[in-house]
Amino acid sequence: MVPLSWYLITSALLFCIGLYGVFARRNAVAVLMSIELMLNAVNLNLVAFWRFQTPTRPVGLAFAVFVLVVAAAEAAVGLALILSIYRQRKHIVVEDLDLLKL
Amino acid sequence: MTYVVFGLFGILTLGGGILVVTSRNLVRAAASLVLSFFGIAGLYVLLEAGFMAAAQILIYIGAIAILIIFAVMLTQRVAAGNRVAMNSQWPWALLVSALTFALLVYIINIVWPLGIRAENVPVLAADPTRGLGMALVDWGQYVLPFEVASILLLGAMVGSIFIAREQHDD
Amino acid sequence: MDSFEIANLFYSIGQVWTEWLTNLGLSPEWLSFTNKAMGAVLLTALPVMIVCVTIMGERKIIGRFQDRLGPNRVGPCGVLQTIPDIFKLLTKEIITPTKVDKVMYNLAPMLSVVSVILIWAVIPLASNVVGVDLEIGALYFVAVSSFGTLAVLMAGWSSNNKYALISAFRGVAQLVSYEVPLVLTLLIPVLLAGTMRLNGIVEAQAQGWYVLLAPISMLIFFISSTAEVGRSPFDLLEADSEIVAGFNIEYSGMRFAMFFLGEFIHAFTFCGVIATLFFGGWRGPFVDQAPALGFLYFLIKMFAIYFVHIWIRITMPRLRIDHMLNLSWKFLIPLSLVNLVVMSLAAKLVQTPAMDATLWQLLPRWGILLGTNMVMIAGTFMILGTVSRRERHKQEAARVLEPVASGIQG
Repeated sequence: MVPLSWYLITSALLFCIGLYGVFARRNAVAVLMSIELMLNAVNLNLVAFWRFQTPTRPVGLAFAVFVLVVAAAEAAVGLALILSIYRQRKHIVVEDLDLLKL
Repeated sequence: MTYVVFGLFGILTLGGGILVVTSRNLVRAAASLVLSFFGIAGLYVLLEAGFMAAAQILIYIGAIAILIIFAVMLTQRVAAGNRVAMNSQWPWALLVSALTFALLVYIINIVWPLGIRAENVPVLAADPTRGLGMALVDWGQYVLPFEVASILLLGAMVGSIFIAREQHDD
Repeated sequence: MDSFEIANLFYSIGQVWTEWLTNLGLSPEWLSFTNKAMGAVLLTALPVMIVCVTIMGERKIIGRFQDRLGPNRVGPCGVLQTIPDIFKLLTKEIITPTKVDKVMYNLAPMLSVVSVILIWAVIPLASNVVGVDLEIGALYFVAVSSFGTLAVLMAGWSSNNKYALISAFRGVAQLVSYEVPLVLTLLIPVLLAGTMRLNGIVEAQAQGWYVLLAPISMLIFFISSTAEVGRSPFDLLEADSEIVAGFNIEYSGMRFAMFFLGEFIHAFTFCGVIATLFFGGWRGPFVDQAPALGFLYFLIKMFAIYFVHIWIRITMPRLRIDHMLNLSWKFLIPLSLVNLVVMSLAAKLVQTPAMDATLWQLLPRWGILLGTNMVMIAGTFMILGTVSRRERHKQEAARVLEPVASGIQG
């Protein structure tokens, strides 16, 4: 079997790609996609730890399932917000959405 | 053999991820996101977490990715008119993510070297899916988070319908 | 070799094959690899082979329904018509329109076929013939079906054609909304059998087919699978009178043939899944003595359900899109939620009998499950009756007012 650290490094790399996307992308949907990537990296981490450390108890799996639920909820609410912002402002460029700035 | 398969799915996952954050065309980015999700599902299969793999495909590819593609198409005019994908701080973002990655690799390999290799991987429980299902509805374990998760989903559903609904001003 | 018996046909063929390869001097690892590869090829070939038969059968049956002969030129009674059709499709020019997204445009037809063929990996064809008897078979089935939705969306978007995109949007709305009742009712056989393994579900139906224990679930599953397949009366994806021909309008030749193939395989694959989940799959008389018979029973059940499919297709007119979505969200989903709650309570009420239970021990379980189903059907009809009566009153009231209104206008 592939050693644990390989999975961890894959997941770390995916997490950092997602991080970069969140910081660097201008479009809100792209930012949301990058967040999904980061959540996936976390999930991969959880499942890998479950397999190698506590395969007899479903701790990691249960956490991964909850992360999945949160990701689904987050995608739904996030996209709804983006849609409603698009209706009002006719664009979804994140850095120009600064209504709260004085 | 396992290493080859791992490499394949790893490349799918990471390559998809890189395409997501770099491609100009948002629909392409969403398609690469699907690729990345698929690679992760393959990694779950290698980790003998079949339930997670199927759930990953069903929820991420079947629901979330399609939702995102819909959102991209509904806001397509922006995506087509906006030729610049990155904002002005992208070199800093690159630096920060590279540093984070270095930190994580440092932690994984030097601070907490787990050192689990091919020889001493613990044996899997007989039926992990059943165990997960029992744990989720067990009073002693996860029944409360499970119910809270269902309320969260209900709240998210009602909330997103309310937010995304067309406003009829009168 | 002496163990070759017709009763256990597939197992014996496998043995002969393995023996032959071992004699050729193959090492055990390569032997296992070759066997798995062969199995995969055979499993992929099977639905493609069946398609050739079903296209022919469907055209003949539809011909009979419409009081005409159907294809009757090639071969005896025209049964070989499919072969020239295949050649015609394969030899046509493959056109790639300008300004399409090349990668996604080429990937979509493959994905639509693959998503369907992958389902065959977990369907038990006979008691000992199943691609992989996955522990999570039912979930796997739902998961791979969701690739089909993706293929529709990819094809519609990458074609760079507004009709294709409209059709893809419609299609995805339809597929997503009918996936919900499909998954919710898929849980009922899983619940009754206590396992997600499809072969386990078939084995558990030794105590009675689930169509008898849970007829509502079967009906919901059948309706929503018809919608998933995109067949009439739910064929809005390719309503040729409204949106030229659907999301695959820009495709030609081989690529179009793949969509066509995917759709046909999809149709009878779902029939096979229904046969597995609700009609006992490979179960039938004498199947314990001769497992090879199971394959025959499975095929018979699958084609019988497919016949009903064709029957509905040829009888029903197409639904309007809002009616179709209402049917799913306002009728099927609430009904399947109620069904799920009630069935899980009813199944909990009577203990699952042992595998060797006699008929008398099984009767209470049958009685309670069937009884609750009947009560649910009656309740559904009462609610439907009340709602439609109110609707009719409203419409009649509107019709009474109408002449007055038009009179004022005139």
